[in-house]
Amino acid sequence: MSTYLGLPRARTDVGHLSGSRSFPDAAHDALADTRLRRNLSHATATIRAKRAAVVAEVPDWDALRDAGSAIKADVMARLPELLEQLEQAVTERGGVVHWARDADEANRIVVDLVRRTGSREVVKVKSMATQEIGLNEALEAAGITPVETDLAELIVQLGHDQPSHILVPAIHRGRAEIREIFLREMRGVDPGLTDEPARLAEAARTYLRAKFLSARIAVSGANFAIAETGTLGVVESEGNGRMCLTLPQTLISVMGIEKVLPTWRDLEVFLQLLPRSSTGERMNPYTSTWSGVTPGDGPQEFHLVLLDNGRTAALADELGRTALHCIRCSACLNVCPVYERTGGHAYGSVYPGPIGAILTPLLTGLDGSSPNDSLPYASSLCGACYDVCPVKIDIPSVLVHLRAEHVEAAREAHRTPSAEAVAMAAAAAVMATPARFAAAGRGIGLGRFLVRGGRPRPPLPPPLSGWTASRDVPVPPRETFRQWWARERGTP
Amino acid sequence: MRIALFATCLGDVLFPEAPKATVRLLERLGHEVVFPAAQTCCGQMHVNTGYARDAVALVRHHVETFAPYETIVAPSGSCVGSVRHQHAMVARKAGDKPLAAAAEQVAARTYELSELLVDVLGVTDVGASYPHRVTYHPTCHSLRMLRVGDKPLQLLRAVRGIDLVELADADQCCGFGGTFAVKNAETSTAMLADKMSHVLQTRAEVVTAGDSSCLMHIAGGLARLRTGVKALHLAQVLASSEGSVQ
Ligand code: SF4
Repeated sequence: MSTYLGLPRARTDVGHLSGSRSFPDAAHDALADTRLRRNLSHATATIRAKRAAVVAEVPDWDALRDAGSAIKADVMARLPELLEQLEQAVTERGGVVHWARDADEANRIVVDLVRRTGSREVVKVKSMATQEIGLNEALEAAGITPVETDLAELIVQLGHDQPSHILVPAIHRGRAEIREIFLREMRGVDPGLTDEPARLAEAARTYLRAKFLSARIAVSGANFAIAETGTLGVVESEGNGRMCLTLPQTLISVMGIEKVLPTWRDLEVFLQLLPRSSTGERMNPYTSTWSGVTPGDGPQEFHLVLLDNGRTAALADELGRTALHCIRCSACLNVCPVYERTGGHAYGSVYPGPIGAILTPLLTGLDGSSPNDSLPYASSLCGACYDVCPVKIDIPSVLVHLRAEHVEAAREAHRTPSAEAVAMAAAAAVMATPARFAAAGRGIGLGRFLVRGGRPRPPLPPPLSGWTASRDVPVPPRETFRQWWARERGTP
Repeated sequence: MRIALFATCLGDVLFPEAPKATVRLLERLGHEVVFPAAQTCCGQMHVNTGYARDAVALVRHHVETFAPYETIVAPSGSCVGSVRHQHAMVARKAGDKPLAAAAEQVAARTYELSELLVDVLGVTDVGASYPHRVTYHPTCHSLRMLRVGDKPLQLLRAVRGIDLVELADADQCCGFGGTFAVKNAETSTAMLADKMSHVLQTRAEVVTAGDSSCLMHIAGGLARLRTGVKALHLAQVLASSEGSVQ
């Protein structure tokens, strides 16, 4: 991305922002996994319907989306100023603010803070930022055990797995699989455990309760931070977050810099948009907010780690920066026909689905041939994501914009243009010239003799063989429209 | 009214029945149709595949070709979507402000077929007759980019003899997506499979839509499975006088 060289991108070898295979390769396996397909199609259809019902109840939903979008645009326009204001407010209220340029730095800060307390175990509130930087692996490498306390995140952790959805990280698992994982990995679990949802939740609750009561240190993310007051907030459903945010002695929150909001009042917009868009609830069960340290109440030591990891680079991209407006509701995943069929792991990043297809390459950059270069193409541009996004991110336009970035990056990386680039340039040259276009059209008419029974006589080479694997090709007509017009109406 | 037809490159070269039907339909309604012969392609495939730079020449050519016309119609939600939502953007990205302004002018006068009929010409009963069981697939770009809403259905409901059956999960993408259909052929096929099964559940003889591109994909799948279900452009259904008492 030649336009903003110089700003550091997120590394792909630390944390979880890139897989090792391109999207079509990874999707191939996912598409063949019938159990995964069934789990996903059931889960996304259920949550889609729930969301649609509660959104339809709000008469000014579109105005709320506009408000959310406007607040986020304002935040991006004056991010440095707001972050400094946030730092000052948090510090004044007894918190400590740390700045992390990338995943490595953030991990090091957190590991050092935990080490200083002498604790060997931390409880964790579900957080995308800490998944992004691979914090659990960094803690484990330092001999510290992270315990995920969100039910779905716990399932992922115990299954030695990666999250596949922003809101429901274990969406790819059915309850029979969850039972197997619990029986195998959960110490002290009742061997007679069934796969009834209530029994599974009960097992997790028993397991986690002991952890909550003994933990001295918690790590969280944050859904927002208010610059004006230095207040952080976590929005959740299970109450595990509330436990982690109130019981331990020390709280460390890792937050992407784009999560800052100017004022407390802005919450009136986001606390309406988020629950309805994400879980399909009118209001989520638990909203916890805290401002620095309150003597005698809650954690007595609070650290805020502000994470860049490619965000400043994304901010420099005028259109791409709208991806930073995302409030991680996951509505776009649930409506995406591609996500529904491939699942989250195919995207290789902790951010899957439509938002992942734009955010991930914006954070890591595109070099013309990396696995993440395939992400902007992992969409039919159907626009369902844009329709549901509570902050109106025009994901299809950003996808198209990033495809152009990929083509530019590939042009720069390889001296010889790709076959596709040559074909596109040739097509453009023909199509910009009416006479050549008309001649090419007549040529296609002759091609009708090359098709038999819906299949081309000489088999088409890749990538066109991808078409003929499942679809017949149309037989070209005897005459083009313009030939017909000329014949019928005299003048072309 | 004098209406300039943008046949679209796909309509001109591979699916001429759709623009031909558009001509017949509009003439039957008493309008004059002209075909600006210099027209080629809106450039959508280039833009959507990442070749916006190569598309600038196509946008310029399209804008110059259609600038003289007051009302422009295309039998494609997708190409009108490109004219309306991409042309000015492509020009602006290339730093060509005058072209962006001219593109906006042309875009404001360009309509998808059902928009032209219902919004501009104010008709829903176009005098068609088509005695078949038909289901309608709203293509993504007509639905979510142009917001044509139920205009195509209003038009279809007024067709004599038609047995119009609702398509389950109609608003779900068919999986075409331009070069997506080859770059991510397997995912595209998985989406197509669900669309086809919904079409087959309706027991319709014909699936219709406002875009030849999506229909090419759906028809290609239906033919490969030898289902016998035909795909027909909306314009062809609306231009039909089959079975009518003359
Ligand atoms: S992009 Fe929009 S819809 Fe998708 S997760 Fe973010 S806020 Fe939600």
